[in-house]
Amino acid sequence: MGSNMAEQHPVGFQWVIEAKERGAKVIHVDPRFTRTSAMADLHVQIRAGSDIAFLGGIVNYIFDRDAWFKEYVQHYTNAPVVINPEFQDAEDIGGFFSGWDPETGAYDIESWGYDESSPEAAAGKAEQQTDVSGEQAHGAHGIKLSGGDPPHVDNSMQHERCVLQILRRHFARYTPELVSELCGCSQEDFLKVAQALCENSGRERTSAIAYAVGWTQHTVGVQNIRTAAIVQLLLGNIGRPGGGILALRGHANIQGSTDIPTLYNILPGYIPMPHPQSGASLEKFIALNGPTTGAWGNLRHYIVSLLKAWWGDAATSENDYCFQYLPRIDGDHSHYAMMLKMLDGGVRGMFCVGQNPAVGSANSKLMRLALAKLEWLVVRDFQPTESGLFWKDSPEHETGEVRAQDIQTEVFFLPAAAHTEKDGNFTNTQRLLQWHHKACDPPGDARSELHWIYHLGRAIRSKLADSEDPRDRPLLDLTWDYPLQGPHGEPDAAAVLQEISGMSADGSFLSSYDELKGDGSTRAGSWIHCGIYKDGVNQSARKRPGQEQNWIAHEWGWSWPKDVRILYNRASADPEGNPWSERKRYVWWDAQDGKWTSLGDSPDFPATKAPDFEPPDDAKALEAISGDKPFIILADGRGWLFAPTGLVDGPLPTHYEPQESPFTNPVYRQQHNPTRQTFSRAENPYHPRGGEQGAEVFPYVLTTYRLTEHHTAGGMSRIVPYLAELQPEFFCEVSPQLAAERGLEHGGWATIVTARQAIEARVLVTERIKPLQIQGRPMHLVGVPYHWGGVGIVTGDSGNELLPLALDNNVHISEYKAATCDIRPGRRPRGPARLELVEQYKQRAGVKT
Amino acid sequence: MKLETHAWPATYGDRAQPRMGFFTDTSVCIGCKACEVACKEWNQIPMSIKGFTGNSYDNTVALGANTWRHVAFVEQTLAADAREGESLVAVAERQAAIDAGVHTYQEGDGLRWLMASDVCKHCTDAACLEVCPTGALFRTEYGTVVVQQDVCNGCGYCVTACPFGVLDQRKDDGRVWKCTLCYDRLKDDQQPACAQACPTNSIQFGELSQLRERAEHRLAALQDAGQRKAQLYLADEQDGVGGAGAFFLLLDEPEVYGLPPDPVDPVRDLSSTWGAAAVATVALGAGLLAAVFGGRR
Repeated sequence: MGSNMAEQHPVGFQWVIEAKERGAKVIHVDPRFTRTSAMADLHVQIRAGSDIAFLGGIVNYIFDRDAWFKEYVQHYTNAPVVINPEFQDAEDIGGFFSGWDPETGAYDIESWGYDESSPEAAAGKAEQQTDVSGEQAHGAHGIKLSGGDPPHVDNSMQHERCVLQILRRHFARYTPELVSELCGCSQEDFLKVAQALCENSGRERTSAIAYAVGWTQHTVGVQNIRTAAIVQLLLGNIGRPGGGILALRGHANIQGSTDIPTLYNILPGYIPMPHPQSGASLEKFIALNGPTTGAWGNLRHYIVSLLKAWWGDAATSENDYCFQYLPRIDGDHSHYAMMLKMLDGGVRGMFCVGQNPAVGSANSKLMRLALAKLEWLVVRDFQPTESGLFWKDSPEHETGEVRAQDIQTEVFFLPAAAHTEKDGNFTNTQRLLQWHHKACDPPGDARSELHWIYHLGRAIRSKLADSEDPRDRPLLDLTWDYPLQGPHGEPDAAAVLQEISGMSADGSFLSSYDELKGDGSTRAGSWIHCGIYKDGVNQSARKRPGQEQNWIAHEWGWSWPKDVRILYNRASADPEGNPWSERKRYVWWDAQDGKWTSLGDSPDFPATKAPDFEPPDDAKALEAISGDKPFIILADGRGWLFAPTGLVDGPLPTHYEPQESPFTNPVYRQQHNPTRQTFSRAENPYHPRGGEQGAEVFPYVLTTYRLTEHHTAGGMSRIVPYLAELQPEFFCEVSPQLAAERGLEHGGWATIVTARQAIEARVLVTERIKPLQIQGRPMHLVGVPYHWGGVGIVTGDSGNELLPLALDNNVHISEYKAATCDIRPGRRPRGPARLELVEQYKQRAGVKT
Repeated sequence: MKLETHAWPATYGDRAQPRMGFFTDTSVCIGCKACEVACKEWNQIPMSIKGFTGNSYDNTVALGANTWRHVAFVEQTLAADAREGESLVAVAERQAAIDAGVHTYQEGDGLRWLMASDVCKHCTDAACLEVCPTGALFRTEYGTVVVQQDVCNGCGYCVTACPFGVLDQRKDDGRVWKCTLCYDRLKDDQQPACAQACPTNSIQFGELSQLRERAEHRLAALQDAGQRKAQLYLADEQDGVGGAGAFFLLLDEPEVYGLPPDPVDPVRDLSSTWGAAAVATVALGAGLLAAVFGGRR
């Protein structure tokens, strides 16, 4: 669901094909019939933006048929935990959870907590709220465990405020009838999916769910995934072979660029970025951000080792290991917040590296207008992209809105090396790092990212070398001394990996994050990667072929943490430590040797902690986790069916309509996710909501997506002849019924209009796009691959021009997957007439500007 | 299994290699076109943008001088083998295809989207090679058929001779170009670029005799799973081209994929044709002689 795996991850999809050959049933639930659907045993078409309802229906089905895995749920999840009596469900108060403050437009999450949890809960929450980023809190602040358990647990799971009963009540509404009405699929198809999942889960069998940006790119993106997590926990499909939730990432190595982040709000290994509230004190930062129990209980070890890796001998216990050198974030500096600030003149310069916002970002026109406010822009890519050439060539030049001579931005283009032209790691979707060796030198002036950032740092440091200004100390004190190779001084990528992996004070390599210390005696650039250079060997460069090993292939690459291939794999054994079944044997307790053993994976659990271990009440960190609680990253070791903290929009998922939808929310009077992030300004107009006057002007559902043949915003594929010719023109996909309704001609042209932009596309009429019956009327989908732009061998209008900025406030991702539009036959107007067309639509719809 | 051709292996003697070929199993093709791209990349084929065709996701149209692997996309909404009045779900259930994990029609609408990667067939009886007047087309030691571009004079005889329309001239230089089964890579013990790039093993490269065996097993498995129309294409020595070095597993009749159902080597009957012509000539001559000399009698 929410994934077109065959098209977007064809190499990974080979394993789905192989599983299918061996009897696995493949089900694809998606708004479109794609190449993935073509390979599936069953394709169920649903309305874009209705995933929570479909999955919620499965949760309800699981309870209805009593199909949940009772022993797993009781011991391994927070189902028996009793919740704060103040908690009120969205079902009870009209689509809001308790704690909603209409003044601030945010939730006070106090009432979502575990019953009788300690007042220190407020600390974590405070920081979380000011930043509005869920990642600020690593969960369960203030959960005071006794004997490894939260204070109020009802193991019979009968208490009316225990998570299981809350869950059961919350999802009771999602009947097959509602699913069918809301999603547009037949009840029979829905029931087939629910039945297949339940039949293939339990002691003997497991099911996996794969998703991608089809789930994340919504105003309820995180909650889409949360619903899947609830399904998989109830069915006992997490931490077991053949189970899990596979987050298929958007591009190669996006996983890696989250782990060692290019994100504004986290440091390597998901350590929160300090906030001004943390003050200058490391102690305070740790108290605010690290729960005392679970793997995050050792946050001090992780961050001190990181600071030592970055600032080396300059980081001492006297100066809090240079903690004050870390930048502080004072708010939302995510991509769209940054671009809006840029539009308002608040950003002077930008490095645009491997990104093409002038095509790839929602409301692309707003992005280009923002770029024009920069003083300088550096674009690093294979060839100049639309984002580098925005100043002289863009749709706004054509309409006369901007002129090249008025744009003052100084643009630098730096050619980039391809992955084949440099050493380094790719981290794939299941946290597996695979080293790639340089095959050839990059052409001309093209250089690797490592080369560029290293030498940029070197140049800045040499300019500042004589500076007495204390604000330059963080740069001057950095450990910035990688060995250089070759005629261009290429830094040694393996040396960087060694720094990430970590060393003890005597220079010996560390083998796992358990060895990290909070006293400055160890250094490691990323605690989750600690051990990737174990024994002085690049573990991620291991390439022993799969056929020479068992199916786990543990000697191929390296996965974080601790080379664990299946996360939380303690859950593959029952509470006593025995395999749930012979068929699904994976990790189990060897009572004779007193340790966890496995078929060949690293156990994701303290190696010698017995299944019956009960921690003392004052235990800290991993010590505090019981022997039968597999989810060691969480403070209570339990899988969270109910999320007491970490999310800004509710402890449970529930259906809200997309920001733009032709329909009203059949579940609540509250139409949208109340915490979604919107930006009401002239450059970012929204369509009327479903049911409002003017909504009929944009009657169709719009979804944007990608094709196998191109890569994201096209910067890497539209310049390659053999890829360009495979999908040479921008096109849209519509059903024969919509084509008839709007007079669209197969192979002809269509103009797609929203309040943001009017674009033209060739028309592909196909029965793969099917109208659905929703709320008693047909829903038509306009499918738009977004790869094209003005630069390259093949060019065309960009699909993402059409979209508004409407974000999931947990992670600030925009709703690319569901909006509304109109479509009409023929090419779009040229010049200023294009603006007039959009203006006419806005007036007809009553869109405020 | 008789896999010999006229020239292979006899003319190569000790230098003959096992006959190599492709088994393209279309039942696992996901239409990613990696084969097309890998082929063009390795063989340095010029770009040939044909524009938006509207023909499903196929914008390279057909095999040609600049497309040596071509992925066909077939969108259909009708079950070809539904009994009269029978729903498509019933068809699927009758075939027990879902439980077996392999079928092509979806439940519900009975929509299917077939994808298949086509290529030069490297026929056992290869007309292109037989009509070539310059010897540019030849049978390699691997039993494959290759054009030597430095010999080809662009006469185009092979273009009309090929029963599959594979051979094609480049407009700018007049010579014909087609799949070489990566002759250069084979000589370095590498598999052809397309087979190497295929993520799902839809394109399998290997010794033809082994591939044929594997294909038989795969076909049996699919048929057992209810794919009653699944069939091997060009894996039969008795067919019109004597079987092929590149053969296919199809889920339906060849016509569904745009492939000729009964391709025939146009020069296959040449010797008997010439024989008949000779007989006719002799008979005609005899008649003339009889007419001329008989009249004098």
